[in-house]
Amino acid sequence: MMRALLLALLLPVPGQAQELTQHFGTGQVQTIVFRSTTDLSVLAPVIESFIATRPNVTITYEQWGSNALYSLTAQECAAGQAGADLVLSSAVHQMVELVNEGCARPWRSSLTAALPDALRWRDELWGVTDEPAVMVYNRDLVPPGDIPRTRFDLLDLLRPSDSPYHGRIATYDIEESGLGYLLAFADSVQATTFGGLMESFGRSGAVATCCSAEIIDAVAQGEYLIAYNVLGSYALARAAQDTRLGVVAPSDYTLVLSRAAMLPRGSAGGGADLLDFLLSPEGRRELERALLIVPLDGGDGTALETPEATQTIRRPIELSPALLILLDTHKRALFRARWRDSFPGR
Amino acid sequence: MTGAWRFPIVSLKVRVALAMAAVLLLGGAVVLAAALGYGNRAARETYDRLLLGAAGSIAGSITVQGGALMVDMPVSTFDLLALAPDDRIRYRVVGPDRMTVTGSDAAPLPPTGGETVFYDGAFGDENARYVALTRRFAERSFSGPVRVIVGQTLRARTALARDIARNAMMALGIAGAAMALFAWLAVGSALRPLPRIGAALARRDPSDLTPLDLSVPSEVATMLSPLNDFMARLDRQVTSNRNLIGDAAHQLRTPVAAIRAQAQLAADEIDPARRAEITARIHDRAVALSQLLDQMLARAMVTHRSDTQPRALIDLRDIALDALDYGAADGVRVALDLPDEAVTVRGDALSLTEAAKNLLTNALKHGKAPVRLGVRSPGEVFVRDAGTGPASAVLAQAGRRFVAGGDAAGSGLGLAIAEEVARGHGGHLRLTPGPDGFEAALCIPVAS
Repeated sequence: MMRALLLALLLPVPGQAQELTQHFGTGQVQTIVFRSTTDLSVLAPVIESFIATRPNVTITYEQWGSNALYSLTAQECAAGQAGADLVLSSAVHQMVELVNEGCARPWRSSLTAALPDALRWRDELWGVTDEPAVMVYNRDLVPPGDIPRTRFDLLDLLRPSDSPYHGRIATYDIEESGLGYLLAFADSVQATTFGGLMESFGRSGAVATCCSAEIIDAVAQGEYLIAYNVLGSYALARAAQDTRLGVVAPSDYTLVLSRAAMLPRGSAGGGADLLDFLLSPEGRRELERALLIVPLDGGDGTALETPEATQTIRRPIELSPALLILLDTHKRALFRARWRDSFPGR
Repeated sequence: MTGAWRFPIVSLKVRVALAMAAVLLLGGAVVLAAALGYGNRAARETYDRLLLGAAGSIAGSITVQGGALMVDMPVSTFDLLALAPDDRIRYRVVGPDRMTVTGSDAAPLPPTGGETVFYDGAFGDENARYVALTRRFAERSFSGPVRVIVGQTLRARTALARDIARNAMMALGIAGAAMALFAWLAVGSALRPLPRIGAALARRDPSDLTPLDLSVPSEVATMLSPLNDFMARLDRQVTSNRNLIGDAAHQLRTPVAAIRAQAQLAADEIDPARRAEITARIHDRAVALSQLLDQMLARAMVTHRSDTQPRALIDLRDIALDALDYGAADGVRVALDLPDEAVTVRGDALSLTEAAKNLLTNALKHGKAPVRLGVRSPGEVFVRDAGTGPASAVLAQAGRRFVAGGDAAGSGLGLAIAEEVARGHGGHLRLTPGPDGFEAALCIPVAS
């Protein structure tokens, strides 16, 4: 069930409809419609904690694929309606586009004001979670000396022509995964290693495939030895149950994704309450428990392997209009063409 | 006291403070308007350049591939636009066929043609600023103008303009406070001579009427010198009062003593004939005493008027006629010698008439007929008789306050009064004894 959910979550197929709906609470006074790309089972404890102190509130949680959520919200915006009170998506570039088109309503509170500038845009879009993009490896099959700590380590592993890692490295297929595109694009902007990595991936027959769950399972089973750029929240959740999996935050730099939340224009006030809860210390504790907030400086008991100087390696994906370039048709076509050159197999 | 409503008297410091406040408010309004205008212009220019830079970088990234346009927009373009962190962005690349190559169809086209056009437009329900940049292609497979449109909402501009205006106002406020402080200090130091004069006056002995000798700024001197003049006038009056009392005591003592002695004689006298004789003598003495008193009062009056009466334009011929009316009442013949033209001086008619009257009375009483009263230019009233004039001792003392001695006493006092009036009018008394008669003339400067 869990796997199926994860699979469905990270398979944003255009035109895909709503995946799942659940009601929380029995309050009669106020209903908050909460749409998110996040797995219901991951977010449920957080919502229950919110509901616990608000007997009058009912939350209708709808789980969507990111592209479907984007097009639905854009349609509703164009029609001047608000189908949801709060929208939370991992495809932050799509959220930036929605805000840019004026589909959000502003909200200001002491909690939103406390967010760093990188996680706040126009008081209409807020970064709620804190999830590093990590490398996952198979503990049984990757000898400790080979465990890549940085992207350079990964390049070195792939360099020998007889490297055992040929064909055994996996990453998201950016044509199928919006999140994969976002992370790959952020990589391309972040460092020159990206070009080398692509070239190296292409030469060594790396696999571009879909979906966190599928990739992580394949690593656990030994089909792939290492997975690159997997969202840490999923990887850590799986690693907690499967000792074969190791999780590394790359120490040259680690991308950190914050799922973006917005209040659709014309929506009711309940969405802002829920948003403030997610930003409050209590909400953040719940999010941390749900592994949606992963401190890089090693919270106790996490399986994340991190380097020493965590502050210098953090590269948050900032919520800014600069993300709009990801949606440019030409830019996307060019980026995809370049990607396809490296992964001609598919 | 007038019943008219009067402005409450406002202290000089408060007046200066009000004036400063008015200047600062007015200046502040002007500076604020200028600062807002400047802020708006500066913000517009700054962010227009940003837009133009972004449009230029998009235009530079357009290539022709296989007869079609390809826009490989640099990431830096958006980083550039994101320098206005809270503004929404729209861009659009439009081909020669007016079809959108990439970007948002919602970005409005420029209202006019031109290579680079800045224009205002809508962005949803917000206002936005757009730039349209034209790049011309002339490739074998593609040619024509390609327009790049980049637009941005106005939050950053507004914030910058407001920031500039606020800084300007802050600077103005600080400058205003400093100016007010300096003005306060300057006014305080400028007004310091006033309490100094006040203190100098307060320290004075009540009888001290000498001028205040203080070094003060010229503006305060305009107040100090009338004050000194006033004190000098006061001093003269006090002095003349004192003199009057002294003169009166001195002049009256002898005649009163004589009358008393005669009265004593009369009381002791048994013979009625002698007694009548003594009583007649007492009467003569009393008449003389009364005349003396008249003259003394006249003189006191003249002295007083010379300081207090406003000066009017006077024709000396009128003075001569008035003196004739009063002075020669008992039918004595006086020849009048008046010119045809008016002889005008500035002065007090009553004092001048009194002086002329005294000269005439002297001539009638002590001189020899014929007596002439006349006026001649410039500014002279003269009395001439055929006598030799008073004794040289009297002449030498003429003009003194009093002259002791017998019959000449009245004549001396009359001359003294005339002398005093002439001096009070800025002139002098001219006494000319000669073989063919004696002439006394009041010489008064003529009015210009």
